[in-house]
Amino acid sequence: MTAAATTVDCLGLACPIPVVRLARAVAAVEVGGLVELLADDPGARVDIPVWCRLKDQQLVAQDDRPEGGWVFQVRRSH
Amino acid sequence: MRAVAETYLDAASTTPLHPWARAALLEALDGFGDPSRLYGRGRRARMLLDRSREQLAAAVGAAPEELVLTSGGTEAANLAVTGLARAARRRRHLVVSAVEHTSVLAPARALAGQGFEVTEVGVDTTGRVDPEELAVAVRDDTLLVCLQHANHEVGTIQPVREAAALAHERGALLLVDACQTIGRLPVDMAELGADLLVASGHKAYGPPGTGFLVVSGRARLRPVMVGDERERRRRAGMENLPGVAAMAAAVTARVAEAPGEQDRMAALAGRLLAGLAEIPEVIVHGDPAWRLPHLVAFSVLYIEGEALLLLLDGQGIAVHSGSSCTADTQEPSHVLAAMGAITHGSVRVSFLHDATEADVDRLLEVLPAAVVDLREMTDLDTQAVERAAEGREGR
Repeated sequence: MTAAATTVDCLGLACPIPVVRLARAVAAVEVGGLVELLADDPGARVDIPVWCRLKDQQLVAQDDRPEGGWVFQVRRSH
Repeated sequence: MRAVAETYLDAASTTPLHPWARAALLEALDGFGDPSRLYGRGRRARMLLDRSREQLAAAVGAAPEELVLTSGGTEAANLAVTGLARAARRRRHLVVSAVEHTSVLAPARALAGQGFEVTEVGVDTTGRVDPEELAVAVRDDTLLVCLQHANHEVGTIQPVREAAALAHERGALLLVDACQTIGRLPVDMAELGADLLVASGHKAYGPPGTGFLVVSGRARLRPVMVGDERERRRRAGMENLPGVAAMAAAVTARVAEAPGEQDRMAALAGRLLAGLAEIPEVIVHGDPAWRLPHLVAFSVLYIEGEALLLLLDGQGIAVHSGSSCTADTQEPSHVLAAMGAITHGSVRVSFLHDATEADVDRLLEVLPAAVVDLREMTDLDTQAVERAAEGREGR
């Protein structure tokens, strides 16, 4: 697996900021580039996958972090 | 004192008193009396209680003796779920839709720890239960299937008749929460196929603190509130007679009035939806066809719903936001989450019976600029967060 090109740390931040920062980070990477997002807001668990679907971006992975929260990997698909 | 909101667009939360309800309430407040007492004043109170019960029963196609008067929809739902479970013998399984009101979900989940099994059935992206999924969930030992008539957050109308057929095939009962539809859409026990029905007074132009449960003859129920013989031993406690009389007057009036409002409600919703389509990155929730005519729910991407609510309130416009992003302990809306819909920036607009185009236009005048302002604020917040992060990394 290639390393994430960009990591966005949204731990401790409430929605909509994780979604806004993901949108900005995805826009900033090349098509095919990977963004890794860390978040622990319960809203992010729902909204990040939904945003990817709405915006037709690829949610590569969504894993629980042992420390709490989740790590999302999103690949810019267009 | 703060001014009351001039443009009230939250009818799905609560409604003002209907003039008939107000008159009935005042009359009953002055004519006090205990309906369980045998002297004249008591008998007069009993007559008013009986008449009110008959009116409410007629409004939903039930028999008067099937009604249990409660303090509201929440108590009615709790009594239905918990009361049925307490009377249950062989059947120890419940099916609930994932988008039920919490007054149904919470007592059902509580039973999960008491020897009952609970299956939650999901919904599609419009918020509608898939009858095929429901068919798989209902079993031979299912006691109760709970499906709301229409959803309280997004207004999606559920396939209740299909659910009734599926439940009855397996000998299970169907509980229909009609809190969002009574006084708005036709609510009829036989038409819905409901065995139990939950209704609230204050969402149907009656007073708060009123509601009722219909328990058809097929359902055996043990009371939750105990202590006397009232309500055929299904709910102890002195009847809220003024509230009941007012609720009966309101529901009776609304059942007569609502059909004549549907086209106007649909036109107002259409006007709002057309306006929302002009605002970038707004996602409308719910089903385009199976929806309450007076309710429109949407999410504005990249803003906080409560911030928008407060900004609109400053302009004298009252709407509801389903998102609770400000308090970090609060979960996102279970309804939107079950639909796989965006939960931040969510707004629910619901019209009173006398809402006008001018009300919609006021909202649409204020909303686009409010959205732009809030997105700029979110952007500034985000930039501040990012600068702080860079600062930490730089050290």
